Amino acid sequence: MPQMNMAESLNLALDECMNADERVCIMGEDIAVNGGVFRITKGLLEKYGEDRVIDTPLAENAIIGTAVGMAITGLKPVAEIQFSGFTMQAFDQIEQNMARYRNRSRGRYPVPMVLRTPYGGGIRAVEHHSESREAYWAHTPGLKVVIPSGPRNARSLLNAAINDPDPVIFYEPKAVYRAYREDVPDEPEAIEIGKAQVVRTGSDITLIAYGAMMRPTLEATEDLVDLHNVDVEVIDLLSISPMDTQTLVDSVSKTGRCVIVHEGPRNCGIAAEIIARLNEKAFEHLEAPVNRVTGYDIHFPHFQVEQHYLPDPDTIIQAVKQTLAYE
Amino acid sequence: MPARTVYTASIESVSILDEHGRFDAQLGADLIPNDDLVKLYEQMAISRRFDEIAFKLQRSGRMGTYPENRGQEATSLGAAYVLNKDDWLVTCYRENTGLFWRGLPMEYILLHWMGDERGNKIPDGLCITPLAIPIGTQMLHAAGLAWAAKYREEKRIACTFFGDGATSEGDFHEAMNFAANLDLPIVFFCQNNGWAISVPTNKQCSAPTLAQRGIAYGMDCIQCDGNDIFAVVRVMKEASQRARETNRPTFIEALTYRLGDHTTADDARRYRDEAELQMWMQRDPIIRLGNYLKELKLWDRSKEDALQERAKAEVADAVKRAEEIADTPIEEYFDAMYADIPEELRRQRDTLRTSSLGQEGFAQGVETPTKQGIEETVN
Repeated sequence: MPQMNMAESLNLALDECMNADERVCIMGEDIAVNGGVFRITKGLLEKYGEDRVIDTPLAENAIIGTAVGMAITGLKPVAEIQFSGFTMQAFDQIEQNMARYRNRSRGRYPVPMVLRTPYGGGIRAVEHHSESREAYWAHTPGLKVVIPSGPRNARSLLNAAINDPDPVIFYEPKAVYRAYREDVPDEPEAIEIGKAQVVRTGSDITLIAYGAMMRPTLEATEDLVDLHNVDVEVIDLLSISPMDTQTLVDSVSKTGRCVIVHEGPRNCGIAAEIIARLNEKAFEHLEAPVNRVTGYDIHFPHFQVEQHYLPDPDTIIQAVKQTLAYE
Repeated sequence: MPARTVYTASIESVSILDEHGRFDAQLGADLIPNDDLVKLYEQMAISRRFDEIAFKLQRSGRMGTYPENRGQEATSLGAAYVLNKDDWLVTCYRENTGLFWRGLPMEYILLHWMGDERGNKIPDGLCITPLAIPIGTQMLHAAGLAWAAKYREEKRIACTFFGDGATSEGDFHEAMNFAANLDLPIVFFCQNNGWAISVPTNKQCSAPTLAQRGIAYGMDCIQCDGNDIFAVVRVMKEASQRARETNRPTFIEALTYRLGDHTTADDARRYRDEAELQMWMQRDPIIRLGNYLKELKLWDRSKEDALQERAKAEVADAVKRAEEIADTPIEEYFDAMYADIPEELRRQRDTLRTSSLGQEGFAQGVETPTKQGIEETVN
């Protein structure tokens, strides 16, 4: 079983899908000759040629709009938007067409495409390169939104996204791209979009996170278990929309306490939706208000102070202690 | 060193059958067989009848807002006539005549404007896309459809329709740029009808023609009289051949005019001169072709009477079919969101006819089973 970082495992997934299905093509800015600014599409041009690995002109809305046109003929375009901050230029085509076309044509024209884009802070990037706006897309009916947290699940989740019959926003935590390596099985693993993963079972409190926030969450967990004797259950959400409500409810019904972690802004963030669902489905089991550790309701700061914005193990531990202390 | 001219360009404008009935025998030679001419005329007349009835349906409260097509019949029809059956026709919302020519049943258009999304469910086998309401968004889809045809090495092309106002949208420029630089087999067909609701074309574009916008993208571009079915067919034939054989796009600007308001919610008298309207009434594409057919002895009073009767009957049938269709069950909207309905959406769908109207997030006293509980039950 080879060890890979996330950049390599995403490349592997694209390679596998292109190899298996001629309908899969990839398109975006700098993805062909250059292999993508993060090198996620490295080597694919050489392997699959310029008809299937396409350097497009520089226009995000056009990349998504043309991908929609290709997808409604049954092709499976995987469009890369270079940074998630630039998806805002494609908001129109995402909201009006990518998300709607299946419904507005009553199923005649489904849109089996993927929008891949790196999101989130932590790599000292320039302005507009560190946003975490998954809540926008989760709020848009018709889309699916998934976020892997590590090399192994990134590979299987991208496979699932490309083979999904509906449009998927695939957020890539760029802080994780080359952060660490892990074993990635030779054969693709089946993973179902819409399912969360319990990555550690515990009985005292549930920690829910996803994407780049899984790392500080797991670091915090280690300290909580080793130094504070707290038995933490950890859930990797993986699929933001649809959300695996049942797994969350089962866990919190068992532990009675919960902290949710995300780096996107607090107001109307994913944590707010999770809290609402726990309120509906696990209220009678709650022993404390559900807590959340999130980004602030400010624009992502310039990198000099980004560490003050991003949730870290200390803030997560603080929130866990506060939640455990509630009586 | 004196400055050199590195580029010059000009725009041709094509007219074959003009508003005074003069026919350019050279440009129009062997362009449209007589049998087809008659069919095209009949299609325009039926579409005109449809337009009149649709307007009345709105006025009498039997339909929602409707954009009249009156006066613009020749543009989409001429394009649709030239396209092959498997070419894509990607319209905005004033191309009824071309859509009907390609076989879209008339009740689909009625359903759309009656607020029934099933009007967008294009029947299998027809290569057309649903009406596009947000201005200009469909041009990028056409680029994608053309791209898909090229990808699959099919000899299909896409033809997309839009208005003069749409040429101010970013989507237009992005689609033109993609098409030209990626060599996509597509025809950009601009219906310049002079007005984007109340804003005249010279406020969308300060250049003397819209057609020259294509020059900047390195594509062939041409203007034509959009109320002259011969001119439309001729420029469309050249453009579609270019797309099919060389994957090169073309930008066509067809000069036309909407004789009605923008939609039934508009009153064009607030911003247009009556004299301008009267001038364009004289250029009506249907009257023009009708007079020409009479000259050729292909048409007469009795044929016209029979055609009008047929148009009345066909449109009445379409209205009947559209009105007989019961309202969409709201559940259909939930079902059409995804290939497989997600759990939360299913709950909303399944409970929307209960007392909670789909808002039923919880029920008091119902214990949520814990994992432990489930395990104990199983064991």
